[in-house]
Amino acid sequence: MTETLAAILVTVVTAATPLVFAAIGELVTEKAGVLNLGVEGMMLVGAVSGFAAAIATGNPAIAIIVAMLAGTAMAFLFGVLTLSLLANQVATGLALTMFGVGLSALIGQDYVGTPIKALAKLDIPVLSDLPLIGPVVFGQDFLVYLSLVMVAGVAWFLKSTRAGLILRATGESHDAAHALGYSVIGIRYLAVMFGGAMSGLAGAYLSLAYTPMWAENMSAGRGWIALALVVFATWKPGRVLVGAYLFGGVTILQLHAQGAGFAVPSQALSMLPYLATIVVLVLISRDSTRIRLNAPACIGKVFHPET
Amino acid sequence: MLLKLEPRGGTSRAMVYLTPLLAIFLTLIMGAVLFALLGHDPLEAMHAFFIAPVSSAYGLGELGVKATPLILCAIGLAIGFRANVWNIGAEGQLTLGAICGGGLALWFYDSDSVLLLPAMALAGALGGLAWAAVPAFLKLRFNANEILTSLMLTYVATLLLSLLVHGPYRDPDGFNFPESRLFEDSALLPVMIEGTRLHLGAAVAVFVVLAAWLILSRSFIGFQIKVIGLTPAAAGYAGFRHSNLVWLTLLTGGALAGIAGLFEVAGPIGQITPVISPGYGFTAIIVAFVGRLHPIGILGAGLLIALSYLGGETVQIQMGLPQAVTGVFQGLLLFFLLACDVLIRYRIRWASGASKETRRTAT
Repeated sequence: MTETLAAILVTVVTAATPLVFAAIGELVTEKAGVLNLGVEGMMLVGAVSGFAAAIATGNPAIAIIVAMLAGTAMAFLFGVLTLSLLANQVATGLALTMFGVGLSALIGQDYVGTPIKALAKLDIPVLSDLPLIGPVVFGQDFLVYLSLVMVAGVAWFLKSTRAGLILRATGESHDAAHALGYSVIGIRYLAVMFGGAMSGLAGAYLSLAYTPMWAENMSAGRGWIALALVVFATWKPGRVLVGAYLFGGVTILQLHAQGAGFAVPSQALSMLPYLATIVVLVLISRDSTRIRLNAPACIGKVFHPET
Repeated sequence: MLLKLEPRGGTSRAMVYLTPLLAIFLTLIMGAVLFALLGHDPLEAMHAFFIAPVSSAYGLGELGVKATPLILCAIGLAIGFRANVWNIGAEGQLTLGAICGGGLALWFYDSDSVLLLPAMALAGALGGLAWAAVPAFLKLRFNANEILTSLMLTYVATLLLSLLVHGPYRDPDGFNFPESRLFEDSALLPVMIEGTRLHLGAAVAVFVVLAAWLILSRSFIGFQIKVIGLTPAAAGYAGFRHSNLVWLTLLTGGALAGIAGLFEVAGPIGQITPVISPGYGFTAIIVAFVGRLHPIGILGAGLLIALSYLGGETVQIQMGLPQAVTGVFQGLLLFFLLACDVLIRYRIRWASGASKETRRTAT
């Protein structure tokens, strides 16, 4: 019993981790006042580049760095269009996703079906062998721990550092931040690129740890779920974690229900994470005052210092 | 930075029409570079991609077949985008149209009534409309973001289709293949030109383009959509009901996408299969933007993007390039368009010390 429970909990954590990375990155981007809808595309490009690097070098650390760089490069492209060329953020984000889907399929065509070794799990003597707690708390791969560190780090950065305050100010009122002499565009570039790196990392987690392989469109909407999670979390890092683990739970529960051979068609169960996203979004957005108070005021708005 | 953007203080009408052409030109150049990087002769590849597919009557017919769903979806999306309603779930609405309209064809499988096809089109439109009504309701009643809800519903629609073709819709004599029975002639769209697959749906698409043009440019509704998109505050003062326009734009978009989906199953596919569209609903977003959210522009953009689908198939067959090249091309085109659009409202100037000096003295 404990073993099954431990197995389920371990998979919940692995299902939640890519969402944690992608959502925490997007949270920082949005806190700076930029809405990047290209998370799905950045994740896919991160996933395929990380996978390719893993095959080429056999070194997971290099693979992860390559995935993050690929995500950052995609985000930089988004930045050039929306921040320097003042393009509409919604349209550009959609374009980034479509481009990412195509580009990742193009890069990944030779890798479909190639197996690789999954990222190693932590193995601490004694601790990892504890019942239940062992595998769940002490037996994950290092990216899981990194995702928790990232959430704590972003929470601390936004709340307690001067740089975090400036970033938030940029998102709340870019005109005021500009008047105070801060480089709105520069800050936003950094925030967008951080979001890209995190999305790339989320993609790498999918192709290196969650399902160690490459398949076209393997993110299956997780980038979009991450975007919904940011709203769910009302732009608070800690709640991103709660939301991601909730979604991880729903995903894994429906997988186990499918495995257990419920009389419900598997497709109906697979709908659950997407339906859950809608339900959660509705529940949170219902209170429009709360959204208004928490959403960065300048989100999605174009900034040009002379207009 | 050396280059700087200087506001024009208005929009440049010339640029509105020039930037799509500029974007297409840049995409072609990038495409040639891409082909060269993949180790192919760029000229030969470009010929295979853009010219070979449409150098026969059959090819031109295929262009119309591919452009039809793109144009239908894009018109619906453009009406919404004009009013700042971001329905990006046309793919799901298209799928529901195929499920509902195609389901009717299976339900009345033995019927040879002339009313079957119109009834299917109606059912398809209602299916897409119902699917789009969900994000509209959730947006207005619960303030939920329509981008995310309409997209999530697309995944649900795809799974619903898979569920149906693996279950109730499956051909009883089909050896358990997840496909429906082939539609009877009474449920198939008539082909308009002998020797091609160009079906009646293409004519409907052209009609929708003209109707949308008339409505958007001449009617009060079209005016309201324009005002609410450009200056929501002014629309509020004028007493335009925002909720009515959200309903109107989403339902129209849903119905048009639903019809597009029905046309796919009653046209080129001729049965219900697990995959109905190669992402027409998403690509229609690009079509809408490249067409400047204008019906006539969408007609042209739809044909152009349809060509990219055909070209992708041709280079796949002739040169062994992956079909994904199409997606990369489409993404690049939208990127370049969005980048070039800066020229509509801004001038690009070399930022030199001198000009800064003059501005300082002037102000």
